[in-house]
Parts: sequence; structure tokens; C-alpha cells
Amino acid sequence: MDLDPVLLARLQFAFTITFHIIFPAFTIGLSAYIATLGVLWLRTDAERYRRLMQFWVKIFAVSFAMGVVSGIVLSYQFGTNWSRFSVVVGNVIGPLIGYEVLTAFFLEATFLGILLFGFNRVPPWLYVLSAAVVAVGTATSAFWILSANSWMQFPTGHEVRDGIAYPVDWFAVVFNPTFPYRLAHMVNAAYLTTGFVVLAVGARYLLAGRHVDEARTMLRMAIGLTAVLAPLQVLIGDQHGLNTLKHQPTKIAAMEAHWDSSKPGDFIIFAWPDEKAEKNHFEIAIPHGSSLVLTHSWNGLFPSLKDVPPSERPPVVSVFFAFRIMLAIGFFMVAAALYGAFLWWRGTLFETRWYLRVVSQTWWIGFVAVIAGWVVTESGRQPWIARGILRTADAISPVSANQVLTTLILFVVVYGIVFTMGIYYINRLINKGPQGLAVEHSENFSASPIAAASDAGREALGGK
Amino acid sequence: MEWYLPVIWAALIGTAVALYVVLDGFDLGIGILFPTAKSEGERDQMMRSIAPFWDGNETWLVLGGGGLWVAFPHAYAVIMPALYLPVMLMLLALVFRGVAFEFRTVSRSKTWWNFAFTAGSTLAGFCQGIILAGMIQGIRVENGAFAGGAFDWATPFALLCGLGVVSGYALLGATWLVMKTTGPVADRARGQAKMLLLTVLALMGAVSLWTPLSQPAIAQRWFSLPNILYLWPVPVVTALIAFGAWRALENGREVRPFIASIAMFLLGYLGLVISWFPYLVPPSMTVWQAAAVPASQIFMLLGTLVFLPLALTYTALVYWLFRGKVQPGESYH
Repeated sequence: MDLDPVLLARLQFAFTITFHIIFPAFTIGLSAYIATLGVLWLRTDAERYRRLMQFWVKIFAVSFAMGVVSGIVLSYQFGTNWSRFSVVVGNVIGPLIGYEVLTAFFLEATFLGILLFGFNRVPPWLYVLSAAVVAVGTATSAFWILSANSWMQFPTGHEVRDGIAYPVDWFAVVFNPTFPYRLAHMVNAAYLTTGFVVLAVGARYLLAGRHVDEARTMLRMAIGLTAVLAPLQVLIGDQHGLNTLKHQPTKIAAMEAHWDSSKPGDFIIFAWPDEKAEKNHFEIAIPHGSSLVLTHSWNGLFPSLKDVPPSERPPVVSVFFAFRIMLAIGFFMVAAALYGAFLWWRGTLFETRWYLRVVSQTWWIGFVAVIAGWVVTESGRQPWIARGILRTADAISPVSANQVLTTLILFVVVYGIVFTMGIYYINRLINKGPQGLAVEHSENFSASPIAAASDAGREALGGK
Repeated sequence: MEWYLPVIWAALIGTAVALYVVLDGFDLGIGILFPTAKSEGERDQMMRSIAPFWDGNETWLVLGGGGLWVAFPHAYAVIMPALYLPVMLMLLALVFRGVAFEFRTVSRSKTWWNFAFTAGSTLAGFCQGIILAGMIQGIRVENGAFAGGAFDWATPFALLCGLGVVSGYALLGATWLVMKTTGPVADRARGQAKMLLLTVLALMGAVSLWTPLSQPAIAQRWFSLPNILYLWPVPVVTALIAFGAWRALENGREVRPFIASIAMFLLGYLGLVISWFPYLVPPSMTVWQAAAVPASQIFMLLGTLVFLPLALTYTALVYWLFRGKVQPGESYH
């Protein structure tokens, strides 16, 4: 068979990392939410906070387990599929990954044990502290992995000798210029993703008239959070975009499908970018929109795709559409969060059923936005794996295409089963909801939180 | 510095891998022994004995792999492609097994996740044995990159090592159950531990003889003078500890068999270190040739000196919090 090993390696990595990012995108925010509930519980001693905390801990456990196992895979794929990458940039970004393991993974993994199984073994303050430690751990993990990723986008603090990158200034490596923006954008996205899941679950209960007390608490907390973070995300995104224009102008040109730098950029609402003809078909655009956003002037000019030869351009179609999906979800989030805040202020949030019905269905939008955002930044980095140092096509391992294809198929099958079952179980947990008695019961008799929840779920469903 | 740093790093990664093998070894062993349980209640008990620990245990695998990349990128870039299929299969097996923990009791029919847990644990252990064998047999390297074929590792010796690691993990799992459980589960584990002890000794012996016979360099390391004068205690002490483990199992001891099994594993590991050092990718790449530049190794070492003791401290904290026996039907409090 005549298979392209570079394409297969990229497909495999894209698949495994897309699957993986779903879980951190959720658990970064959820661990912080659980810690917040824990602190509220300690301060007010209100039962509903404890019930909510323990309810979300169970869902956290399922998500975290899938995140852990899919993350271990990634740490080995750098070597199995991208061994040239490992050698060429290993001196510089290897330590960043190493710091992630040392400062974050052990913290998360060990204190998770206390969070899942220690409720009746440790004093409440230590239990809540464990939740906070897990939250700090997940955010620390994001810090290092985004530092490493941002370095690949725009490397600094290194020098290249004989094609190998060597560290010169560690501060400049870690705090490379695109890192602060990407970190803020991603962590905020993770909190927003969780916020919309909590919002959806609260709305679902309220519509069904179940767990009303907890549902109202969840709605208030979720709207309070997203009404601040969703508009903030637009601001951060704008700043991140300007930063990208400065350091990776070709990526911006692909995001905007901007071919001609001699003209101001229109903001294209829809088009079909044609990479061969170097123009857009079926274009619907807001005149001068992109120039206004990117240069803050009506006739501002910015670099275009045709400024660089085709071999230096990222794939335009995927970057262009992924960016639009992310933007659409972002603005929907702003609207939904602000309108919810408005209803809350009017005092009709819990009675406005059409609003609750809409937000009860939009639990998934944060995940799609996160994945779309990563497609923009990672596809937009092409054809480089580490910009200016190593091209993606030169980074692969000396392994046969058949080996990569075989394992790719296995990953699709295994992850497909695991993901389907995971979603199914999480949905079951949510259907059961936070119930005092059920929580006590599960704490007492089950080996794992999911197992516990399933016992409770089976009772609720009347099965055995 | 140029000489010491790679040696320090080799010692650190060696320690991480040893900790991984012992810690994840016993919980993989529980998975291997899972089908021998007589009821779902017994399987619950077995799983409960490891549930708070397995995630932390597996983190040592990430540290081992990640550490290898950080400190020895050239070795990482050769070993991983050379052992591509065993490494990938191990990872997939760990995925299945990791979620089986959580998914098992949820599904109405437990059979499928019981199977996934056993199959995942066994396959992961077996692949780790193959990886070990692949390293012992040597990896073909040209111009600093892997230059062999996809199935270079597939030999009868790899099969032997795979079986050796699987039975070794089962021994660790059985002695862990002797220590952490009561009733029929503990009694059965005691009987299994004896059989496994004999199996592990036989397989360790076979691997220890086969290795120097097939690798002249390793034979030279062990059997030349004066080395043999220093090294003869290694197999002798291993045999004595195995004898002690047998006695402890006979006499109804609960903790000693587990400690003795760990000691046997560590001595086997020491044997490998003696056979290999200073090669990281036998027979062509030493720790110095594979090392990252000193700037990277120092930067990472500073963090390790602060955070590794911390990680060990809270690992110990969790083991202490969840100390004692798991009773049938009992919970975590």
C-alpha cells in the first residue's frame, strides 16, 4: 500500500489529542467548581453545597479517568510517532513536559484519591483542601502544556546549532511571547465550558421540577460566572488575535481567508476559500471588518496569504471554518450568559422556561469551541511543527505507515467504545442527580464513585 | 559535571521505573488474578484494595517516559520507534484497564468490564515484558536513529520475558491481597502466591541464563574476574529472599510476603542495571551519548530535587490514609 506516513501520523495525533482535550477542558473548570462548592459548604454548612459537591465529584471521576488514560498515550506518542521532533526540540521543551509531570500530575493523582474515597476518612477541611489542590494541579498542568505548545508556535530563548535547538534563556523559553494570551484564553475557555455544563444540568432539573434547591444554586452560580467570563473571553480572544497577528501573521491570514494584502480586510461571514485559485467563492462579508478589528482603522492593511509562497501556508479551509465555529459559539455564550443575568436581575430566571429549555440543550458548546480553537491554532501553525526550526513533515519517526495505520484504527475503536460508555454513564449520573440519601449510600458501599452512582442510578431507574 | 549529570539522571529514571514496576505491578497483578475470584463480591473487594492508589501508581510511568525524553532525548527517540507496537499496545491496554475500574460496576452486566480489566492488565504486563526483552536483545541504530524493522522484538526470548513479567506482577498482586484483604480472597491469594513464587523463580532463572548465553557482552560483565567475586551475592540473595517469602507464606505472615516479592523484583532490576550500565540503548548508546545538553538536565534536576520528594511525601500520605485491611462489604471509612 502506498500510504503517506506523515499524514497518518498527523491523523493519529490529531485524533488522540482531540479526544484528550475534551476531558481537561472540563476537569480544569469542574475541579475549581467543586473546590468552590466545598468552601461554601465549610463556610455556610448548607447541605445543598455538600450534596452538589459530592454529585459533581462523581462526574469528575469519570471524566478525569478518561483524561488520565488518554494523556498517558500522548506522553509516549512524542517518541513513538515524532522521534525527530523529540530529538530536535527535546532539549528545550522536554523539561517543560517534565515539570508538568512533577508539579501537576502527582498532585492531581494522589489528592484525587482523597477526593474520591476519603470523605469519611479525613476531616472536612482536608477534604475541601484536597479538592482545591486538585484544581490547582489541573491549572498547573495547563500552564506547562500551554507553555510548551506556545513555544512551538513562536520559539524564543533558544539557539539552533546543526539543526538541533538548545536552550539559552529558560525564562524566555517558558514565558515565550504568545504564551500568556494562549494560557488565559484556554483556562478561561475551560471555565466557560464547565459553566455551560453546570448551567445545562441546573436548567434540566428545574424544567423537570427535580432537585429544585440545587438547580437554582447551580443556575445562579453558572450565570454569575459565565456573565463575567464570556465577555472577558471576547476581550482575551481579541488580544490573543492581535498577538497572533504580530507573531504568526500567516495564521491570521488563513483565519480570515485574506488573500490580498494590498486591500483592507473584510470580515468574511461565509465563503469557500479556494487554496488553488487563491481566492474565495460565495463570499458574504462585512466590508473593512477585519481591518477594524485587527488594525483599529478603516483602511488598515495586514499581511495576507499571498505574501508567502504556498509551501509556507497552513491549510486554509480547516483554519477558516474552525475559527468561525469558535466565534459563533463565543458570541452565543455572551448572549446566553448576559440574557440569563438580565432574567436573574428581573427575578424571572427560574420561570422563563424557553430560556431554560435552550440552555439545557447547550451543554456541549464549550467542548466544540475548545476543539475548534485548537484546530485554528494547530492547523494554523502548519507547515511547521516548531516554527522556523522543524517542519512537521521532517518530524516523524522511522516507523512504517502500516504500523501507524494499524494503531490508528485501534485508537479509533478503543476510544470510540470508551467515549460512548463514558458519556452514557455521565448522563446516567446526571439523571439521578444529587440526592442526600443516595450520596450517603454510595459513599458507604461502592468501590468507585461511578460504581456508587450506578447503584444509585439503578435504584432510580427501578432496575437492579 | 558532563560526566555526573547523565549518571544522576540515569539513576533518577531508573528509580522512577523501579517504583512504577513495583507500584503499578501489584495493581496490574490484581487485574491478572481477577478471573480467579469466585463472586462479584470478591472482585469488589479486590478492586477496592487498589482503587485509591492506581492513578498515582500509573503516574510513575509518565515520569519514566517523560523523564527519558527530558534527560535522554536520543534514547527516547530510538527506543520508542523500535518498540512501536508493544508500546502502543501497552498504552491501549492501560486505557481499557483504567476506565474498567470506573465503568465496571456501573454496567448492568459486569462480565464485559471484568474481562476488559483482566485483559488490559495482562496485556499491559506482557507488553512491558516484551519491551524489556527488546532492550536486552539490543536495538539496531544507524546515525543515531532506529534502523531496524517493525518486528525485531518478536523472539521466543520476548515471549519468555512477557510471561515472566506477567507472573511477577501476579505474585505482587497476590501478596498485596494477602496483606490487604481477609477471608476467602486472602486465603486463595496465599495459595496462588506460592505457586506464582515458584513460577517466577523458574522464569527469572531462565531469563538470567538465556541473557548471558545470547549476549556475550553481558556474560563478560558477570562472569569475568574480578566481577564475579562482587556479583555472586545478587542471585544468592534473591534465592534466599524467595525462600524467606515461601516460609512467610507457610507461616501465615501477612506483610512479609509482599515485602519479599518487592525485594525480589528490585534484585532482578539490579541484575539488569549491572548487565547494562552504562548503556541506555544496548549495545550502542551510552547514557552520555543519549543525554540532553547539561543546561536542560540541570534545569530539570532543580525542579526534581524540589518536587520529587514532595510527590513521594503525598504518595506516602495517601497510602497511610488508606492503610489497613479491606473487609468484605466494608467501605473506605
